[in-house]
Amino acid sequence: MTKEEKYALAKWAINHALENGAQEAKVSIYDSQNSSVEVRDEKIDKLEQSTQSGLSISLFVDKKYSAHSTNRLNNKDELRRFIEEAIAGTKFLAEDEYRTLPDPGLYYKGEGKDLETFDADFLSLDPQEKIDAAFSVEKEVLGKDERIISVTASYYDGMSGSVMVTSNGFEGDTAHTYYGLSVSVSVKGGDARPSASWGESAIFHDKLKKEGIGEIALKRALEKIGQTKIESGKMPMIIENRLAGQALGPLVSALSGRAIQQKNSFLIDKLGEKIGSDKLVLMDDPFIISGRGSRLFDGEGLALEKRVIFEKGVLKSYFIDTYYGKKLKMDPTSGSTTNLVLKPGERTMEEMVATLDRGILITGFNGGNTNGTTGDFSYGIDGFLIENGKIVQPVSEMNITGNMKQLWNNLIETGSDVYEKSSWLMPSLMFKDIDFSGK
Amino acid sequence: MNLDRRNFIKASTTAVAGTMIIPAVLQSCGNTQISANVKSYMDHFEVSAEAMQKVISEAMSKGGNYSDLFFEHKISNSLGLEDGKVNKAYSNVDYGVGIRVLKGDQTGYAYSETIDVESMLNAARMAANIANSPQQFKSDAIIEKLPADYYRISRDWEDVSVKEKVPFVQKVNDKVFELDEKVIKVNAFLNDESSYMLFYNSEGRLTYDYRPLVNFGVVCIMQRGDQIENSYSARSYRKGFEWLSDDLVDMLAKEAVDKTNILFDATKPRAGEMPIVLGAGGSGILLHEAIGHTFEADFNRKGESIFSDKMGKNVAESFINIIDDGTLENNRGAINIDDEGNDVQKTYLVKDGVLNSYIHDRISANHYGVEPTGNGRRESFRYIPLPRMRSTYMEAGPHTREEIIESVDYGVFVDNFSNGQVKIGAGDFTFFVKSGYLIEKGKLTQPIKDINIIGNGPQALADISMAANDYLGDNGTWMCGKGGQSVPVTMGLPTVLVKKLTVGGTSA
Repeated sequence: MTKEEKYALAKWAINHALENGAQEAKVSIYDSQNSSVEVRDEKIDKLEQSTQSGLSISLFVDKKYSAHSTNRLNNKDELRRFIEEAIAGTKFLAEDEYRTLPDPGLYYKGEGKDLETFDADFLSLDPQEKIDAAFSVEKEVLGKDERIISVTASYYDGMSGSVMVTSNGFEGDTAHTYYGLSVSVSVKGGDARPSASWGESAIFHDKLKKEGIGEIALKRALEKIGQTKIESGKMPMIIENRLAGQALGPLVSALSGRAIQQKNSFLIDKLGEKIGSDKLVLMDDPFIISGRGSRLFDGEGLALEKRVIFEKGVLKSYFIDTYYGKKLKMDPTSGSTTNLVLKPGERTMEEMVATLDRGILITGFNGGNTNGTTGDFSYGIDGFLIENGKIVQPVSEMNITGNMKQLWNNLIETGSDVYEKSSWLMPSLMFKDIDFSGK
Repeated sequence: MNLDRRNFIKASTTAVAGTMIIPAVLQSCGNTQISANVKSYMDHFEVSAEAMQKVISEAMSKGGNYSDLFFEHKISNSLGLEDGKVNKAYSNVDYGVGIRVLKGDQTGYAYSETIDVESMLNAARMAANIANSPQQFKSDAIIEKLPADYYRISRDWEDVSVKEKVPFVQKVNDKVFELDEKVIKVNAFLNDESSYMLFYNSEGRLTYDYRPLVNFGVVCIMQRGDQIENSYSARSYRKGFEWLSDDLVDMLAKEAVDKTNILFDATKPRAGEMPIVLGAGGSGILLHEAIGHTFEADFNRKGESIFSDKMGKNVAESFINIIDDGTLENNRGAINIDDEGNDVQKTYLVKDGVLNSYIHDRISANHYGVEPTGNGRRESFRYIPLPRMRSTYMEAGPHTREEIIESVDYGVFVDNFSNGQVKIGAGDFTFFVKSGYLIEKGKLTQPIKDINIIGNGPQALADISMAANDYLGDNGTWMCGKGGQSVPVTMGLPTVLVKKLTVGGTSA
C-alpha cells in the first residue's frame, strides 16, 4: 500500500466508526516486508519471505473503550461489519471516564526533522547478495577450530510503514528499514556444548558491518569452554554493554504510568528523590539521527521531546500516557521510551576489569525475574571470574540476587563503550557488593 | 499480566470468511471424494482442491521433495478489568496461508494474508527457491486424514457475546476484594481464541482442526503497612464458554489472595547449592526447562544439545518416566493434529530412567529415521513449524510427599513459579520462584520468595532421587517461546527431590 492509500483507508475507517456510534476513534494502518536466510553446512537451511498488513482501531463509545485489529483489509463490506460489531460489543463494557483521545494541543504538528530511519534502496537489493552475505559470515568460522560442532549464520532485513489518524486531528506516518547479520556457534568442551552468538544490524544497508562477526562469535564460544560455578559470595560485578539493558529494564518498567497507578512499582511517589548513585544519569532522546528508537511522535500522537529521567541518581520523570495521566492527575509525558541514553564514563570495560581484585564480568543472563512491586530480583548469569585485574576463569550456573534500588545505589562506574545497536544506548556498568550464589 | 493483543469481540465466521462461493456438496477430485467435514473447512478458506494442488505443484517446481500448505484463521478476544470495572476489550483477526517447501533438511517458507490463487502462487514461488533443479510435479490423490477429538466443547467462543462474559470478570474482582481487606487493587482478564486450520501437503494428505482456547486469571495486589505485594492465579484450557462458573471464580479468587498473603512474611534463603523439593504441579517447569527443550530434535540434529548423544542411555533413576503428551482432553497443550498434519502422540521421553525419544517434527523425524511424534507446532501461519512441547510431565513415583520433605535437613520447597529458561548447549536451566518455604530439619518453616534457581539439565535429571505418588498437572497459562514463536503448553509433576541446585539468595 502507498502512504496515500493507507491514509485514505484510515480516514474511511474513522468515518465509519463515527457514523456508527463511536464518538472518537484512532486508526493505524501498517504494512511490512521481511526476508531472512539462514545457512549452515554451506547450504541454505531456511529461506523465509513475507509481506503483511493490518488495521488497528481504538474506539471510544459512550465513554467506553476497546481496541481491535485485523489483517483482512481487502473487503470493505467485511471491514464495515468488523467495525460495527466492535462498536456493538464495546457498549457492554463499563464506562471509564478517563478514556479519551489526547488533548490535540499536545499532538505532533509535523515540523520535525528527518530522523533518517528509512533506506530508500531497500527494494532494489539483489536477493543473491543477501545469501552471499550469510555464507561469508559462516565462512569466517567454518574449519577454524576442531572443537566447532555447529555454525548457523543468518541475514535478515525488513521494511515497515504505518500511518495513524485520530478523529480529533492527528495525522502522522512512519517508515523504517533494518538489516542484520548474525551467527551462532556451538563448540564441544567436555560434556557441555557451549554456544555464542554475535550480530550486527543497521538501518541503512551500506552501514551494515559485514566482517568480523563470525570471528567474534567463535572467540566467545571457545572462551566458555570449562565454565564452572564458584563459591557464593559478595563481589563487584561488571555487566557487558550489550546486556546492561537487563539491569535497567526493571527500573524503566517501574516508571510507567500504569505500574505507578496500579501499585505495581517500587518507585511510587519517588519523583525528586535519589534512587541511584550519582553515576545514574539517564536521558530519553527521541531525536538521535538513525537511532533505533528515534521518532517524532509516540503511539498516541503526542509530540516528543528530549527528557531527563535520572539526574545524578535523582528521579526526574515518569513515563505517563494520557489515560494513566488522567487517573494519576499528572500531565502526560509520553508513555513509552524512545532512545534511552545512560551517560558513559571515561574508561573502557577492559580498564574497569583491570581495577578489580576479585569480581565477575557478566556476559550472559539466563532467566530470572524482578518483583515489580518490591524491586527484588534474582537472575541466572554466566561470564568470567576476575582476579587481580585479569580474567581467569569462565563461570556459569550462578545467580545474582538483590533489590533494584540497592543495585542502582551500588553503581560505581559506567564505561566509555556505548552499545549502539539498540534503542537503549548503554555502556558497560560496574556495581559493587552483589550477592552471587554458586557452590 | 500482559493484556496486549488479546481481545473480545465476536467476529462471526460468515462475516470474516465472506460469502461461500463453492456449493456445500461433495466435491470430486480425480477419483477422490472429499467429505463434508473437510469441505466445510475448504469453504471457510474459499479454496478448492484444484487450487491447492496447483499451488503445491508450483511450490515443488524447482526441485523440492516435499511441500505443505497451512491455512489458518484465528479470532481472539480479550476482556480486561482494572480499578473495579470491566473497562477494556481487545479483539484480533488473523488470517492467511503459510507455504513450505523442503529439500532434505532445508526449508523455504513464505506466507500470504490473502487466499486467492494468484497470491498463493506468488508465495509458492518464493518458497520454492530453496531448491534449484526444475521438475514437473503431479499431485497424488487426496487422502483425508481425520483429526483426533481431544477438545469437545458445547459453546464456541465465537458465539458468545461480550455481554455474557463480562459478569464473570466482574465477579472475580468482587470476590477478591471480599476475601481480604488488605486488597487494594485487582486486575482480571478473560482471553478466548478460536482457530480454524486446514492443511494439505504434496503427499496428498488433507486435514483440519478447530482449536478453542481460553485463559481466565486474576492479579491481586495487597498492602500491609508500607509493604505492597502481588500474586495471581490463572487457568487455561481448550474449553468453551460452558467452562466459566461461579465455582471457578471462587477458586481463582481464593488462590490469588492466598498466594499474595504468603509473600508478606517471606524472605530470601541463603545463597548456594542445596536440596530442592519441588511441589506437585507447576514444578513441572523443571522438566520443561531442564529436559524438554534439550530433547527437541532440531537442537540434537545439529549436535547443539547437551543430550545430543544420549539416546538409549540411562539419564535418570529407574522409577522416572517423563512424557510429552498432546492427547490430554481439553488440555491447553493438546492438539488434535499437529501443525504438519501428523498424528499426535503420548510420547515417552524418558522410560524407566532411559532416554527413549526426542521431540520430533517432520524434518528431524526424517533425519533420525523415526516416526514423527506429532510435535511439529507453529505460532501461526506466519511461521515455520518446529519441534515443540505440548504437555510435559513426570508420572507418579514410589515415595510420599512427607518422606521427601522429612529427608531434607536444610533446603527449599518450591511450588509457585513465574518463568524459566535454558541454554541448550551448556544445559544450564533456570526457573524463577515466586514463593515457597525453607525446609529445616525435615519441616517446612519460613516462607521464601523471588529467587532464581539454576542448575544443569543432565545433572538435575540424574539428581532426582525421590518422586512421590501425588502427581498433579498444572493448568496455568503457560506460554513457551522458541525461535521467536510462542505456543501454549502445560506441565505437571509429582513432588520430587533434586539432590542439589543453586538457589539465589543472600550471602552471610
